[in-house]
Amino acid sequence: MAELLETLLSWFHVVREPVGGVLLVVGGLLAIVGAVGLLRFPDIYTRLHATSVTDTGAATLMIVGMILLSPTGWVALKLVFIWVFMFLANPTASHAIANAAYTAGMEPKIGPSGDTGEADR
Amino acid sequence: MIAAATLALFVAVVLVLIRAFRGPSLYDRVLAVNVFGTKTVLIISVLGFLMGRPEFMDIAILYALINFVSIIAILKFFRYRSFQVGLTRAPKVPPRTGEGEA
Amino acid sequence: MSVVNPDIGVLLVNVTLLALLFFVAIAIARLRSLFAIVMLTGAYSLISAMWFVAVDAVDVAFTEAAVGAGVSTVLMLGAMLLTARTARVEPNWKRLGPLAVCLVTGAVLIYATIDLPAFGDADSAANSHVGAMYLQRTAAEIDIPNVVTAVLASYRGFDTLGETAVVFAAGLAVSLLLGFGERSLSASHKPARANLKGVLVPSNKSDHHVVLRVVAKVLIPIVMIYALYVHFHGELSAGGGFQAGTIFAVAIVLYSLLFGITAALDAFPVIWARSIAAFGVLLYAGVGFWALMNGGNYLDYDFVLPPDDPDYGPEDANTWSQHVGIILIELGVLFAVAGSLISIFYAFAGRAPEIRDEDW
Repeated sequence: MAELLETLLSWFHVVREPVGGVLLVVGGLLAIVGAVGLLRFPDIYTRLHATSVTDTGAATLMIVGMILLSPTGWVALKLVFIWVFMFLANPTASHAIANAAYTAGMEPKIGPSGDTGEADR
Repeated sequence: MIAAATLALFVAVVLVLIRAFRGPSLYDRVLAVNVFGTKTVLIISVLGFLMGRPEFMDIAILYALINFVSIIAILKFFRYRSFQVGLTRAPKVPPRTGEGEA
Repeated sequence: MSVVNPDIGVLLVNVTLLALLFFVAIAIARLRSLFAIVMLTGAYSLISAMWFVAVDAVDVAFTEAAVGAGVSTVLMLGAMLLTARTARVEPNWKRLGPLAVCLVTGAVLIYATIDLPAFGDADSAANSHVGAMYLQRTAAEIDIPNVVTAVLASYRGFDTLGETAVVFAAGLAVSLLLGFGERSLSASHKPARANLKGVLVPSNKSDHHVVLRVVAKVLIPIVMIYALYVHFHGELSAGGGFQAGTIFAVAIVLYSLLFGITAALDAFPVIWARSIAAFGVLLYAGVGFWALMNGGNYLDYDFVLPPDDPDYGPEDANTWSQHVGIILIELGVLFAVAGSLISIFYAFAGRAPEIRDEDW
């Protein structure tokens, strides 16, 4: 049992750096995808949809990658805190924006849009 | 790897800023600034790793906490136009019970 | 985890960030909607903080983050409430004067940079003489890892006392101009002019804001604890009194944004804000006088806890007393900054919005 744990731990130390790096890069790509969605979608609500998920998702992936790459335990702990606060605050901010937009009367754009559609207002 | 992730984040930041300039309504701009804040947290953390100085995590924690505040302030102002209103429901008067009445 | 050719990378990062700053500044100058300008100013502050991180100035980045992301956006919005929604259009001929001033100042500044030493030059005036002395002597005399705090709080403590007094004076000036916020005490849960078209009073039918309130109830205590963490950790890592005071003020601002100004005034009355601002400055100056009374110079922290050694001379170091002195004056700075910022916020919040209907 102890040897199994030891081999697992040694494997972990071997794969730690590449996996962390890959997670970082994938998180970065997800961030670009979200930003492209923010640019190209036609309406405030679709833009919200694009960014809220990809933002928190990219942040999670990058933070997990950085935890795997972190030199000390304290840095990993602080990264966990960053993740917890972002997980709380980011979706709440998206909710607040959607709520404000809806009660201000922004209508979602229904129907096919052109190539680079802009919102009506 | 870390450098590639930093580059990807910078590209995302530039795209988000374009939306912040162009966004026809206020809410597009608020959304862009919110996303920009999250990307800033990630960029500061990754730059800290890149430069080998983990003290930057404190700044990232700070931004993760207070990025929220300016978004809420802007939205509240645009809707209620005052600091003075609270975002609470007015207290309900509890229904009268039978005691004390004839 | 390889960093290919780090010099090119650092250069690219710096150039990108400065270019972003430039474009955001141009956009701020060109836009006319004041809301958009306020938000882009928030983005400008975020980019500045990233740039400070990239050039390795961690304490400055910390302060920029604390002030720019939280307090200054809220205060500019408060100021905007008292004026108008869009910037006034100015005829082109009126812009020639400011343009000339900007061009002349820019030319003078660029001319001045010719004489500046290269970035990171070890022989520059800032890195030799007194700067090198501080770096060498901090470990022996003060024994804290963060040299910035050592210089700010101990070696140049007198300058920091001046800065604290300046912050207090700013809070005082704003409060004298705008009032201490007591006008908002007469406001109930309705906005000041309930007949504004389109202003929505929170309705009883559905509670839109329950998510915000619940999350805020979780986050506000964490922000306050984080402020204390930053304060006490300022000796060991980036942080200190200024950042901690700002973060504490942000917690109070967030509370008042979500629960209303009357609830915030119940929780943290105006008299507390005023008192702790004054108390902070008094504490800082008082530590100096305490050191005087114990036989040292003004603000000489070696004499805060009097040394036991009767042969104590000017070459000896009393590091524990330095620690106590630094913590005390950082506490003074925290109180002064937090109290001043909260007073300023209450002053803005206490004014009824004076924007006319048509301006919206």
